[in-house]
Amino acid sequence: MNTEILGVIFIFLLSLLLAWPLGKYMVKVFKGEKVWTDFMSPLEKLIFKIAGANPDQSLNWKENMKALLVINIGFFILAFLFLALQSLHPFWNPNGFGNWEPTLAFNTAVSFTTNTNLQHYSGESGASYYTQLLVFCWLQFVSAGTGIAACALLFQGLKNKASEGLGNFFNLLVKSCTRILLPLSIILAIILMVNGTPTNFEGLQEVETLEGDIQLVAAGPAAPMVAIKQLGTNGGGFFGPNSTHPFENPNYLTNIAENVAILLIPMALVFAFGFYTGRKKLALLFIGVMSALFIAFVAVSISQEMNGNPEFTKLGLSDPTNLEGKELRFGPAASSLWGVSTTATSNGSVNSMHDSHTPLSGGIFFLDMFINAIYGGVGVGFINFFVFVIVAVFIAGLMIGRTPEFMGKKIEAREVKIAALIIILHPFLILVGTAISSYLSATDQSLASEWIHNPGYHGLSEMLYEFTSSSANNGSGFEGLGDDTPFWNIMNGIVMLLGRFLPIIGPLAIVGSLAIKKSVPESAGSLQLETPAFAAVLISVILIVAALAFFPVMALGPIAEFFSF
Amino acid sequence: MIRQSITFIIISLVIFGVLYPMTIWGVGKLMPNVSNGKPIIIEGKLKGFENIAQEFSSENYFWSRPSAVEYDASSTGGSNYGPSNEVFLQEVSDRIESILQSHPEKTKAEIPIDMVTASGSGLDPYISLESALFQSERISNARSMDNDQLKQLILDHKEAALLGLFGPKDLVNVLKLNMALDNISPSLTNN
Repeated sequence: MNTEILGVIFIFLLSLLLAWPLGKYMVKVFKGEKVWTDFMSPLEKLIFKIAGANPDQSLNWKENMKALLVINIGFFILAFLFLALQSLHPFWNPNGFGNWEPTLAFNTAVSFTTNTNLQHYSGESGASYYTQLLVFCWLQFVSAGTGIAACALLFQGLKNKASEGLGNFFNLLVKSCTRILLPLSIILAIILMVNGTPTNFEGLQEVETLEGDIQLVAAGPAAPMVAIKQLGTNGGGFFGPNSTHPFENPNYLTNIAENVAILLIPMALVFAFGFYTGRKKLALLFIGVMSALFIAFVAVSISQEMNGNPEFTKLGLSDPTNLEGKELRFGPAASSLWGVSTTATSNGSVNSMHDSHTPLSGGIFFLDMFINAIYGGVGVGFINFFVFVIVAVFIAGLMIGRTPEFMGKKIEAREVKIAALIIILHPFLILVGTAISSYLSATDQSLASEWIHNPGYHGLSEMLYEFTSSSANNGSGFEGLGDDTPFWNIMNGIVMLLGRFLPIIGPLAIVGSLAIKKSVPESAGSLQLETPAFAAVLISVILIVAALAFFPVMALGPIAEFFSF
Repeated sequence: MIRQSITFIIISLVIFGVLYPMTIWGVGKLMPNVSNGKPIIIEGKLKGFENIAQEFSSENYFWSRPSAVEYDASSTGGSNYGPSNEVFLQEVSDRIESILQSHPEKTKAEIPIDMVTASGSGLDPYISLESALFQSERISNARSMDNDQLKQLILDHKEAALLGLFGPKDLVNVLKLNMALDNISPSLTNN
């Protein structure tokens, strides 16, 4: 069998295989049971002591959300100040980079706080090592921890029987960082480093090439940052072209390790849902639904990239494989798997240039981000998926004429209203943003030439991608877009904020109201969730919501480009 | 709430922004070669990095894949051209023409696709085996060496898939190949 395809299958199966035990482990961490990382507890106790926090105090959803928001505002303010005043710190800045322009600092601080990691800057030519570590590396941990902690609150809420305490956000945040993200990152960072990802503090190094020219090579403490960027579904690369760069992703082995790391925690959280609530079968159904969509998307993307660019054939070349923007050591198959993985999980790191993918492969990446819950970002992916589940339960309940129930709790008007609003928010942010930017670029030729790198349908796709990636907190880009301008910095910043916090607060509000409800005993009339019929309803809801809202704009972008060949 | 936020921010900043990377850096000190990105140092001079492509434009070297950033390893990236972009297609077409000029014995249909498409990073260290073989006649002519010997050198540098099972196979690291080439016929190094 083709080794490229075999590699893709191996990466997918390895991710699932590792996610199962990790899910079990995470549940133990959430519940405070004995685990091998208990040696971290003196450190955690110290944090709780200085913070004056009682980690065992279970709070209701509103108190937890308040804690989440306050600490995230703190993250943002500090990150903004560090970036805007980058030149002030005297060390770890061997290349002497200066202060960031305020709108870029705003955009980037929001971007890393919201676990998006949209990058309107290029790492090796704008960020000092201090910034890379004390802003980016740090935020990649704590923003991922925020998502995981929120997801654990959701699990507890689904389990509650008529009690409002969802657990303690602060406790969960600390432990997600120290016991889940940190150990995994250390392992991955060392794997990367052994394979040639640099971890040094040198400035630009001067190479005398074989032909006698001088080549300046940027390096730095990349391995630790690349590790957390993958595991926390952050995606903010150390270097501009992210994991296409041979230093970030030196060979196929590191590509396997990084791609598994992208999928690992999002998958594990689905299993964790099963272990936490005791509904393992339901968790398997969820992972099955997600995987069915995931595999279908990967298959489309790979076949499109391998069939290649028909224009190449017209130029007289015999092999049309689309290798533009791709690295040979990964090849088109692993590039497509990564593309789907990174957009489906809201990671946003890339190992090939998405802008240069063929139209339908790019279209698949859009679809992944429109849904934003096929595994999804760490924590928030499952939270988004939960919203689809609520809507699916509601629709299925109506179809059989029963009061819709989820895990023994009645789904009523309040829950459905919130779910519907959260579902509408995503297309609203994306389509309104794209409409405004399209209008501006259509009426002002100078803006169009400043922003858009590729003309025609693809140009619309570039703008659509930027807003989609912002709203989905993804962070990848059609990087041709000239996006370091006040318009994009501010607009994307606002979209990222709304797209991050409302879809956490809304579902937690739903769970908050489910948690205090008495559970209804299951009867013959209850909706059975662990059935193929419900899986089909769920898939339909996901596809209809994503496809219907976005079909018109997709028809003008990727689909139109496809038919233009 | 403010107190717990400030506490966490400060302590987490120290753990994840300083201690964690410094730990990895410390581990890296145990293997100074790899933790510096696998540099190739000859007679005390930094001649390159194993995985970072260099620009080769002379007749007697294998050429790397096209780079959208002119192999600038301090500011890397891809072309970001969409597949239907006229500018992009013109660029590919120009590359085809210039390759045919330097390889007059070859036809368009023989040109491997990796020779006319730019990589994502602009620093792809590899070319395909086909691409290396495609260039071999030009190089053996320029170096007046035996083409079969050169072909053997290429095959010796062919890298298999991971464990022979996973990922692309039959790739050639251009820098390593060119260095080996210089070892065989060193007189032409500074041609």
